[in-house]
Amino acid sequence: MNMMKRIIGTMLLLWAVQLNAATLTIEITEGAEGALPIAVVPFGWAGPGASDIGTEISEIVRSDLQRSGRFAALPVKDMLARPQSDADVEFRDWKVLGMDNLVVGQVRPNGQGGFLVRFQLFDVFKGEQLTGYNFPTTDRDLRSTAHKIADLIYEKLTGQPGAFDTRIAYVVSTNKADGSQEVSLKVADADGFDPQTIVTSSEPLMSPSWSPDGRKLAYVSFERKKASIYIQEVFTGRRQKVASFKGINGAPAWSPDGRKLALTLSKDGNPEIYVLDINKNSLSRLTNHYAIDTEPAWSPDGRYVMFTSDRGGKPQIYRVPAFGGKVTRVTFEGSYNARASYAPDGESLTLVTRQGGDFRVAVLNLSNNALLVLSDGRLDESPSFAPNGSMIIYATKINGKGELAAVSVDGRIRQRLALQDGDVREPVWSPYTKTNRRNQ
Amino acid sequence: MKLSTLKFAPVLALSLLLAGCAGMPGMSGSDTNEGAPVADAAAGDGSTDGAQTSGLSEGGAWTGSPLENPNSLLYTKVIYFDYDSDEVRADYRDAVLAHGEYLAANPAVTTTIEGHADERGSREYNIALGERRANGIKRLLMAQGAAENQIITISYGEERPAAMGSGETSWELNRRAEFVY
Repeated sequence: MNMMKRIIGTMLLLWAVQLNAATLTIEITEGAEGALPIAVVPFGWAGPGASDIGTEISEIVRSDLQRSGRFAALPVKDMLARPQSDADVEFRDWKVLGMDNLVVGQVRPNGQGGFLVRFQLFDVFKGEQLTGYNFPTTDRDLRSTAHKIADLIYEKLTGQPGAFDTRIAYVVSTNKADGSQEVSLKVADADGFDPQTIVTSSEPLMSPSWSPDGRKLAYVSFERKKASIYIQEVFTGRRQKVASFKGINGAPAWSPDGRKLALTLSKDGNPEIYVLDINKNSLSRLTNHYAIDTEPAWSPDGRYVMFTSDRGGKPQIYRVPAFGGKVTRVTFEGSYNARASYAPDGESLTLVTRQGGDFRVAVLNLSNNALLVLSDGRLDESPSFAPNGSMIIYATKINGKGELAAVSVDGRIRQRLALQDGDVREPVWSPYTKTNRRNQ
Repeated sequence: MKLSTLKFAPVLALSLLLAGCAGMPGMSGSDTNEGAPVADAAAGDGSTDGAQTSGLSEGGAWTGSPLENPNSLLYTKVIYFDYDSDEVRADYRDAVLAHGEYLAANPAVTTTIEGHADERGSREYNIALGERRANGIKRLLMAQGAAENQIITISYGEERPAAMGSGETSWELNRRAEFVY
């Protein structure tokens, strides 16, 4: 263990993985004390000629585990051997390096133009295999397969499902050569790779929100110089306009059953929270106050809607039963709390809180009202939980440019997702989709 | 202030005549609620005349729309606000009132008021704040006799900053409402 600590101590605090167009920078903000030492050996290739596919997959697995904050991954250069299957493993090679766990694997062509990826996870001290899988995959799905492997390892060793094979949606604005602005809504893997544009506009796009099945996004678009709310199918691009009233049409939030959207409308004079039944196209009003009421968020059990209101003079978080009723104030600490959303277990909220002149991401424990500030930027906003509750992704400003960052819920590991040029903002982490769980 | 009032006064006076209005709302801005609403119904089809008439001041220099006359209060189309406030500051009150009078005198003219906020705080809350700013101006315009259907409001929140950069010098330029005719 002591040796491992030294290794971690001498590891660079910034560790960059360059692949495709995106760059992911992992910034370990505090020591990796308590992180599980794990060795992910570069996966081998069992096909004709040479191939980097195995190495690429194992690098993604290693990077996923590392950025979760729960694991300290051994650098490849420190490995004493490069086994590819249980037959090659000498457990003492890994014990001497202080490893608790070991991952080995191999990729082979499957004869149909695709690949078969095999991996095995071992407990080094017991000298036994904890799990092992064969994944059929294709060139296109290699990253996704690597994230699935990381999810399985994460779950086996922490007892909690992984959230690596999920996606994020976010908004990017870029200044074009002619001086005009282009705003895009994009979807990328949770580690920021493979970004794909789903909407582009010369007018602002805002407030993306995932449907609970991860197949649709609701968002606000100002096309034709008017704010409207759209629902778009992520995989087909088909979309429908669901709200285009006079005034604000904003802050869409899906109900957990996927049938309703909570949203902000000012059609009756000032911003209020409404619930839209998507299929029935019927609208009911949840709040009624002359103050600003906006940014609704459903509790995972569907019983409550949290929202931001300045009815007490400054923006604070309030709660109302989802079918209407008495409004209860939730936040009392500080002069500005806004943009709340629930943790998947419903026991805490993440929100934006003002500390002095700075806006920071925090977690509010709903049972004891303790507020834990997790970020240290000046203008951090739009926090969103990973579907397993382990991390929060948020928007921050670095040298005046919007970037995405993620932080573990204990605040120990913080990382930047330096995606591309342009101002990046409003990240939302997707829920699990059915395909996430199909191999388990 | 006095000078600019005088310079666009002929246009305004002409418009007011066309509109059949008896009184000129208070130009000083010292008493905003006093000005009687202009009877827009009386304006009829000739209402666009006011917007297109060339203004011949005594100097005879300005011949374009009063909205483009640098010496007119109507030239001010961006109204700045204090942090987290939707109150029209004293230094912009006369300009807003002039726009109200102009709209009242020209019932066929419409304007869009775009509300904006600086980047601090959450985005949807800033949309609400920008709307409050636009609506605050709309109410002042209507108090001057502008009709509701002449005024469109839209809030862009912090989505369309006038100045990039994160600091008070940028923020104070971004907390604004803009008249778009």
